[in-house]
Amino acid sequence: MDVISEFFSEYDGLGAFKTTIYLTLLSALLALLIGTVVAVMRVSPVRVLRSMGSAYVNIVRNTPLTLVIVFCNLGLFLQLGIQLADPNSPTSIDDNNFRLAVLGLSVYHAAFVAEAIRSGVNTVPLGQAEAARAIGLPFLKTLRYVVLPQAFRGAVAPLGNVLIALTKNSTVASVIGVTEASAVMKVMMENRPDVIFVVFGIFALGFVILTLPVGILFTSLSKRLAVKR
Amino acid sequence: MSGSSVLFDAPGPRAKRTYAVVGVASVAVLLLILWFVVDKLNEKGQLTAAKWEPFLTGEIWTEYLIPGLIGTLTAAAISVVLALTLGILLGVGRLSSSAWIRWPCSIVVEFFRAVPVLMMMLFSYALFGYYNLFPSERLPLAAVITGLMFYNGSVVAELVRSGVYALPKGQGEAAMAIGLTNGKAMQLILLPQAITAMLPAIVGQLVVILKDTALGYIITYEELLRKAEQIGNYKSNLLPALIVVAAIFVIVNYFLGVLAHRVEALMRRRGRSAGGPLAPEQVDRSAVGGAVAVGVTADAAAPDGTPGPGN
Repeated sequence: MDVISEFFSEYDGLGAFKTTIYLTLLSALLALLIGTVVAVMRVSPVRVLRSMGSAYVNIVRNTPLTLVIVFCNLGLFLQLGIQLADPNSPTSIDDNNFRLAVLGLSVYHAAFVAEAIRSGVNTVPLGQAEAARAIGLPFLKTLRYVVLPQAFRGAVAPLGNVLIALTKNSTVASVIGVTEASAVMKVMMENRPDVIFVVFGIFALGFVILTLPVGILFTSLSKRLAVKR
Repeated sequence: MSGSSVLFDAPGPRAKRTYAVVGVASVAVLLLILWFVVDKLNEKGQLTAAKWEPFLTGEIWTEYLIPGLIGTLTAAAISVVLALTLGILLGVGRLSSSAWIRWPCSIVVEFFRAVPVLMMMLFSYALFGYYNLFPSERLPLAAVITGLMFYNGSVVAELVRSGVYALPKGQGEAAMAIGLTNGKAMQLILLPQAITAMLPAIVGQLVVILKDTALGYIITYEELLRKAEQIGNYKSNLLPALIVVAAIFVIVNYFLGVLAHRVEALMRRRGRSAGGPLAPEQVDRSAVGGAVAVGVTADAAAPDGTPGPGN
């Protein structure tokens, strides 16, 4: 079928999926970072920090991702002039859009990561934290040496769900002009409406290939890493 | 009782002082960030009255925000009804004893959970446009609804399945013992209880659907976000418009989240179902669009241990 060879040669479909993967991985790292900080804030003994953490989660979780991404481009870049790439480099616009998309995706998914980690904290039995306090560990050390390591192991399954969701949600980056998979699919569909089902099939298959192994991996990891109690 | 409160002891005098210092410091940092943001906004002239005043006029509300909200709610409402119908059919299909029904339903559910909603919308938009299935002014709405219906239908199907699995085995066995067929047992005994147990999760799913209607922006559906952009072009106050629309989304969704928890509490009290209610968070995790079986998260999330939007 010529449309399949077109996917590889004319439209650089693999490059598009590579962009999707980059977007996903970078955003996942950043989201994990922000999410962990927010989760720690939400379980901390200081009330102000707790409220800030829940405010973040409640606001971000209830805002559509499309709005967050559009805001990054139209609001941060066009209105406020925040540039994340060197304006003089030849690929400045693409780089800037890509980085803004990473920013939006990670800020959005950090809220879900924080919730996943907090659910992980809830799987740690009371006795663990009590024992940590009994041997004199202060709050941060209790978290760092006793609770969080177990919480992350308990949070593997929900974190995997967030990663899968992030992979799929990275398609929203097309709204600010990042040429990832869905953007290329749109162009292909416009040019070849006669084989629209094949085009959709190819891209859908791409996402099945990306998300299926992640799901299987995280399910098996969550079983293997779960703390035996 | 959430597990988090046992991470630290009731503070003594010294700890209280430390907490106060940390508290004050974090407020200071927050204020600093806010000040930086406000300063930046001010510098770019985003805080002038001219940019914000339009939101006090009736015109912006009657011409833009309210029609936008209606657009968002219409798409969400139709999608909910269709997704529930499709989800219950697929969910029951996956539980069928006949492999000829079970397998196709499983494949459909897994497929639509793996495909991004946006891609499904783009595909339906192109498909409906190419074959002229809808009048052109209805095309974006039809595409938004199709995308939302298939994705959320699969999520609901998984909910139905895990709802039925969560029922005590005795329910199905008792239905068999009084001579009901498989279909009748599902229809009269299992499904009603599973749906009752699912109710909070379904309300939680409303938040997801409402949020995802904003994807319609990309295929030119006239919803809140698109209207915000139009306001921005009309009054050249894009940033304030985006902020106002975000606030509308947050408020509506926050109350839906609260409603989901009320329903869950109500279900728990009334106990009409032999299984406990499923917490909205079980969906919330797929909320962002997770593709791992809900059954997996169902074991992980004990009803008491789930974090709620309210706390």
